[in-house]
Amino acid sequence: MSEAALILETKDVVKRFGGLTAVNKMSFTMAAGRIYSIIGPNGAGKTTFFNALSGLNKPEEGTIFFEGKRVDGLVPEKITALHMARTFQNIRLFGGMTVVENIMVGAYTRLRQGAVQTVLRTRAFKAEEARAEARAEELMEYVGIAGVGNELAGSLPYGAQRRIEIARALASEPRLLLLDEPTAGMNPSETEDATALFRKLRDDLGITILLIEHDMRVVMNISERISVMDYGEKIAEGEPRDIASNARVIEAYLGRGAASVAAETAGDSQ
Amino acid sequence: MKMNVRGSARSLVKFLNEGRNPYIVSSVLLAIGTVLVYVSPRSIPAFLLFAVAASLAYFLDMKKWVKLGLAVLIAVVIVPILGARNIFYLEVIFQISVFAALALGLNIVVGFSGLLNFGYMAFYAVGAYLWGFFGSQQPYLLQAIPGTAPPGTRFFLAPDWFYLFIFLGVIVAAIVGLVMGLPVLRVRGDYLAIITLGCGEIIRQLANNLDKPVNLTNGPQGITPIQRPTLPKELLAFFNRLFEPLVGHEVTGSQFYDIMFYLIAVIVVVVVIVVTARLEDSKIGRAWAAIREDELAATAMGIPANRLKLGAFAVGASFAGAMGVLFAASRTFVSPESFTFLQSVGVLTMVILGGIGSISGVIIGAAVVTILNLQVLQSFSLFLAQLRQSDAVIPLINFHWKDLSNQIDPSKYQRLLFGIILILMMIYRPAGILPAARRKRELKAGSEGIAADEDAPEEASAGAKGSDHE
Repeated sequence: MSEAALILETKDVVKRFGGLTAVNKMSFTMAAGRIYSIIGPNGAGKTTFFNALSGLNKPEEGTIFFEGKRVDGLVPEKITALHMARTFQNIRLFGGMTVVENIMVGAYTRLRQGAVQTVLRTRAFKAEEARAEARAEELMEYVGIAGVGNELAGSLPYGAQRRIEIARALASEPRLLLLDEPTAGMNPSETEDATALFRKLRDDLGITILLIEHDMRVVMNISERISVMDYGEKIAEGEPRDIASNARVIEAYLGRGAASVAAETAGDSQ
Repeated sequence: MKMNVRGSARSLVKFLNEGRNPYIVSSVLLAIGTVLVYVSPRSIPAFLLFAVAASLAYFLDMKKWVKLGLAVLIAVVIVPILGARNIFYLEVIFQISVFAALALGLNIVVGFSGLLNFGYMAFYAVGAYLWGFFGSQQPYLLQAIPGTAPPGTRFFLAPDWFYLFIFLGVIVAAIVGLVMGLPVLRVRGDYLAIITLGCGEIIRQLANNLDKPVNLTNGPQGITPIQRPTLPKELLAFFNRLFEPLVGHEVTGSQFYDIMFYLIAVIVVVVVIVVTARLEDSKIGRAWAAIREDELAATAMGIPANRLKLGAFAVGASFAGAMGVLFAASRTFVSPESFTFLQSVGVLTMVILGGIGSISGVIIGAAVVTILNLQVLQSFSLFLAQLRQSDAVIPLINFHWKDLSNQIDPSKYQRLLFGIILILMMIYRPAGILPAARRKRELKAGSEGIAADEDAPEEASAGAKGSDHE
């Protein structure tokens, strides 16, 4: 693993909301071209950590390096421009806009058109718009929602909305994609398709993926490395099978009593 | 019952758009409207028919160049001739144009970007006072007591600077828009509405009170006279030579001024419409819509929300600035009275009534409100006044019209009427007369070979609203 370049490196990131420390001394590194997961009970600070990475919340302490550039304290649009994109836990599409428009919004940082070009409708403007539209269509096909481009995003079923959100994030040409519970609310077959899509993104497009996920089948199936958060801190990190048997992780998820039972059964079986 | 009405309306629309029908219908209606207005220049039903015919031509399915040709014909030939026979129509259309531009500007802020602005008239005031100051004697009267101009005071600039000042009005209003937009960086929603309301009042109060220590605005009395651009005598002669037989009398200089201002206003509105439509369908317009829909998600997608919100304020303000300059010149008078909070609300009413975020809707909104204000209500008032003076009696209840209270005067109930209309609209048609519809793009159908199936594209678009008019 050490031969791969680090795409993301955070050191002692702290984010507080009033008296609550949502993320505490979070240090985390990630190699390019991998699929990692962050898991943890509700309220563990996973989404807050994502918000810190993508610039929506400024961390109080600590540093975040993305591809060697320091990004903590940068505004979100700068971070997106550096090729990091994200999706949201509770889908945040632009419901009143069509699917194509949603995806084209994702390409905002990649479009060069200025206000004057827009008003004059120059040839460069038209060409760029046509390219953006064609690219949006490509992405729709890629994530498996071809043919719904003119529908209002808010009118589509849940699974499709999740895919649109991923297509929108892809339109910003990310090298690191942060997916916040991307399979939440999906049925098993949808989940399977989604997992395959994430693999494809990494294998075909070389996009590094960091997931927050609750569905343990997805996590265990797809992740190459898992970090576990609880009360804002990273309590464990390792390969899926190590995590599955880690006592602290079980404790965090099931409580102390359950953890000791689990440890005993583990001891018995040995 | 309701379904029946809707069904027959749909089949009517279908019939109107079939084959050559739209061309026949719109030209016949336009011809009838034109003749009626020509024959009886003071009849309001005739004018309304003409207005409906003109707007119907826009909505029917016709070739683009036919519509464009009709529009030019109406704007440059028909309306000036009809207007020369009854100058009041030019006034109505001038005001519709002014308010359409204002409403379109406000629509960028409120409709496209979803930022409430209750102080929009301030930008209009900025434009009006800009030309009001430089286009009058005011720069020479800085030390004078308001209302007293020593005889023989010269005008500060030559009248034809007016044309340049339309552009300056755009720039200055945009800058004021940026300044007034600064609060959007910190507050949103209701708080923004309150702050913009305050900013609007500040501008009006400045106009009201800047007669001392230095007399910039002449205070509550307002600035007058303000110059108009010089009358193009050759053009007037040309117009008379061409159209005098049709108009029926020679058009005088002051009448020609009305035609001229009407034309300038229409040109400004056309520019405003083009700019608005092009901005809407671009990266900028999509970003505005994204901010309106979900600001946090928009930010995460790389949209610099603050910059775009300020941009919306500036662009919206610039339209009002241009119209302000035009307004000052056409009235030759500006005073703080014209820029009250109620006026701002009036423009907001046009936007909401017409269809928030919808360009054609907003224009219709401006037209409906202005016509209602200037024509329908006033003529109804006039009608009642005539009845009052007559000896007419309502038979069955034996009510003498002359006993009708003077308080009953429809033109005074303007606000009441708009209140009622707005409430009804919010209940029955909350998206406005012509709701905004997202543009449908020509996309390939899905990969499963749907293209062979004819019904598929129609089905796909039926899910989205507004499938009637694309």
